[in-house]
Amino acid sequence: MPRIERQVVVANKKGMHARPAALFVQLTDKFNVTVSIAKDKEKINGKSIMGLLMLGAQHQTPLTLTVDGEEAEAAMKEFEAFFAKQEEDLIP
Amino acid sequence: MSELVLKGIPAAGGIAYGPAFILDNQEFIVPKRTISADEVESEIARFQEALGQASIEIHALKEKIIRDMGQKQAQILDAHLLLLEDPMLQEQVIGGIREHKHAAEYTFVKVINMYVQSFNKIEDEYLRERSSDINDVARRVLKYLTDESKWHDLDNLQDDLIMVAHELSPSDAVSLYNKKMMAFVTDLGGRTSHTAIIAKSMRVPAVVGLKDATLKIYNGDYLIVDGQKGLVIVNPSRPTRELYAKEQSKINASLEKLDDLRELPAQTSDGKRVCILANLELSLEVQNVRKFGAEGVGLYRTEFLFMNRLDLPPEEEQYLAYKQVVEAVAPLPVTIRTLDLGGDKFISSVQIPRDMAPFLGVRAIRFCLDRQDIFKTQLRAILRASAHGRLQMMYPMISGVGELRQANAVLTEVKRSLRDEHIPFDDKMKVGTMIEVPSAVMTADTLAKETDFFSIGTNDLVQYALAVDRVNEKTAHLYEPAHPAVLRMIQRVVDAGHNENIHVGLCGEMASDPVLAFLLLGLGLDELSMSPSSILTIKKMVRSLRFSDCLRVTQEAMGLSTGQEVEEFVGAQLRQLVPGLD
Repeated sequence: MPRIERQVVVANKKGMHARPAALFVQLTDKFNVTVSIAKDKEKINGKSIMGLLMLGAQHQTPLTLTVDGEEAEAAMKEFEAFFAKQEEDLIP
Repeated sequence: MSELVLKGIPAAGGIAYGPAFILDNQEFIVPKRTISADEVESEIARFQEALGQASIEIHALKEKIIRDMGQKQAQILDAHLLLLEDPMLQEQVIGGIREHKHAAEYTFVKVINMYVQSFNKIEDEYLRERSSDINDVARRVLKYLTDESKWHDLDNLQDDLIMVAHELSPSDAVSLYNKKMMAFVTDLGGRTSHTAIIAKSMRVPAVVGLKDATLKIYNGDYLIVDGQKGLVIVNPSRPTRELYAKEQSKINASLEKLDDLRELPAQTSDGKRVCILANLELSLEVQNVRKFGAEGVGLYRTEFLFMNRLDLPPEEEQYLAYKQVVEAVAPLPVTIRTLDLGGDKFISSVQIPRDMAPFLGVRAIRFCLDRQDIFKTQLRAILRASAHGRLQMMYPMISGVGELRQANAVLTEVKRSLRDEHIPFDDKMKVGTMIEVPSAVMTADTLAKETDFFSIGTNDLVQYALAVDRVNEKTAHLYEPAHPAVLRMIQRVVDAGHNENIHVGLCGEMASDPVLAFLLLGLGLDELSMSPSSILTIKKMVRSLRFSDCLRVTQEAMGLSTGQEVEEFVGAQLRQLVPGLD
C-alpha cells in the first residue's frame, strides 16, 4: 500500500484552532486513508480533532504529514493544499 | 446551617435573594469510583450514551444558532461535534474504563484534564484558549454521566439564579445578558469591572472582589446579595431574610416614585441645566435610554460587536448596528466611542500582544492607529450611520495632540473615499477627545483647540492618575475617584474646554454615585453619562439642589487633603441638602 510523507507549513495566520482543525478532520473523511501528523517529536492521528488541537500548530509551524492507503496520493494533494490556505479560503 | 457573611466591593446597587450557581471555569473534579469487572461493558455503554445525548444537544443548539444568527456562527459547533466523535478520546476513555475499572465519569474527566493540561502548555495564546471548547463539550457530556447540576452550561440556564464566578470575562457577561440573572458575585474585580457594568445595565446587584467566594459558596446555597453595602450573606437566617425583605420593598417603592421624573429635565432649583446621558454597552440596551429618561447616549461602547466571534465584524454589519442605535435614539444624540480594545478587553479575531502592563500597552486608539485596516472599517461604518440621526464620535485614550491629529488624518482619508463613492454621511459630525490619560489632562488647553468636545473617562483616568490597576483586587481600595488629584484634573479639563467654548462631559461610574455626581456638578461639567439605571436617582438629586450650594460645597471640598475626607464631607453636606436621597 502506498505511503507518502511530506513536510508542510501552516499558512493560516490563526494557526490550527478549532474550526480549521474540524475542517481538516472532515476532509480526511473523504479518503480511505490513515493520516498522521507530526510536530517535532509529537505525532498524532490526523483524524483526531483533539490530537490536532493539542499539537498547538500556529502560523508557520512545520509539520510532517504521513498518509497511508490506496488513495494516498490524491489525499496528500488535497491535504497539502489545505495547509497552504488561509482560513477565509477554507470556509465555504 | 448558620449564616456566613462575606464582605466585598459593592459594584451595582440593589438587593437580591436566590440560589447560587457556581460558574465553574476550573478543572473538573468528580469522585473516584471503582467498578467491578462485569460492570465494565455497561459503564462503556453509559459513556457512549452520554456522548450520544451530548451530540443531540449540540445538534439542537446548532439548528437554533443557524436560525437565530446564521450559518457562520454555528461552525464552531461542528468542531464540538467532532470532539465528541474523536477517535483518540474514545479510545482513551474506553481503554481506561477497561484497564483501571474506574467509573465512566471519573475516567472521562481524567482524560479531559490531561488534554486540558497539555493545552495549557501550548505557546500560542489563542490556540491555548481553545481548551475552552474542550471544557464546553466535556461539561455537556458530564451532565449525562453525573447528576451534578454544575455541569450546566450558560445556554441552558433557565431559572432565576445568582451567578457566582471567579471572574466574568466580557464574553461571559455577554452570554449572560438577557438571561434571568438575579445578581452577580465574583472573586475578582473592582467597581469598574465588566461584571459591574453588565450588572448595572441589567439592573441587578453585584458584589465583586470577594477573593474566595467561589470556595465558600456551594451550588444551591441561598444567598442575599446586598449591592449597596457589598455584602453576600450565605444561607441567611430568618431574621436576616426578613430584614432584607423590608429593605427590598423600600427600594422598590422609591424606584416607583423616581419614575415620575422621567420626562423632567435635570435642572437645579436655581436654573442650572446639566445634560444626563446614558452609557450603552450593548445595542440591546437601547430601549433603556428612554425608559430611564436619558437625554441621549453619552458613551456607546463598540467593543461588544467584536467579541464572542472568530472573525472581525464587516463594515456592513457594523453600519447596521450603529444605524439601529442612532435611529432608535433619534432625535436625541448618540456619542459613539471608537474601538477600545486591549487593557482588559480582548477579542479572538485579533491577536493583541499580552503586555506585562496591558493598560499601558497597545490599546484603544494606539491599537487602531496600528491596525488602520480595522480602524478605517469602523470609521466608514460610523460615518455612514451618521446620515441617519444625530451621531458624534470620540477617540479613547488620546495621550496628546499628536495622536489626535493622526486619528483625524485617518478620518479625513475615510471621508474622502466615501465622498468619492457618493456614499452619504454627516460631514459636520462632531469629533471629540476622551480625556483618560494624565498627559491629556495636562495638555487639555492644546487639545481643546483641535477637537469638538471633551469627554472625561474617569474609569481609566483614576487608574492612570493614581497608578492603581483597576482590575487588581489587591489595589482596589486605592482606587479613589474623589482623590484630590483626580478632582483637580477634572477641574483643569473643564476650564480648558470652556476656555475654547467646547462642551465637557464625563462618562464613568463616578457619575452614577450621588456624592461624586454632586461634586461633578460643582466642578462645572456640562454632561454626565452613566448607567441607565442610575439616571433617575441622579436626576432627582440635581432637581433637589441649588447650583449655588454645589459650587460652595465643591469649593470647600477642593481644599481637603484626602479622598476619604472629600467623600465624607460632601456626603454629609448632600444628606443635609437632600434628605432621604438613598
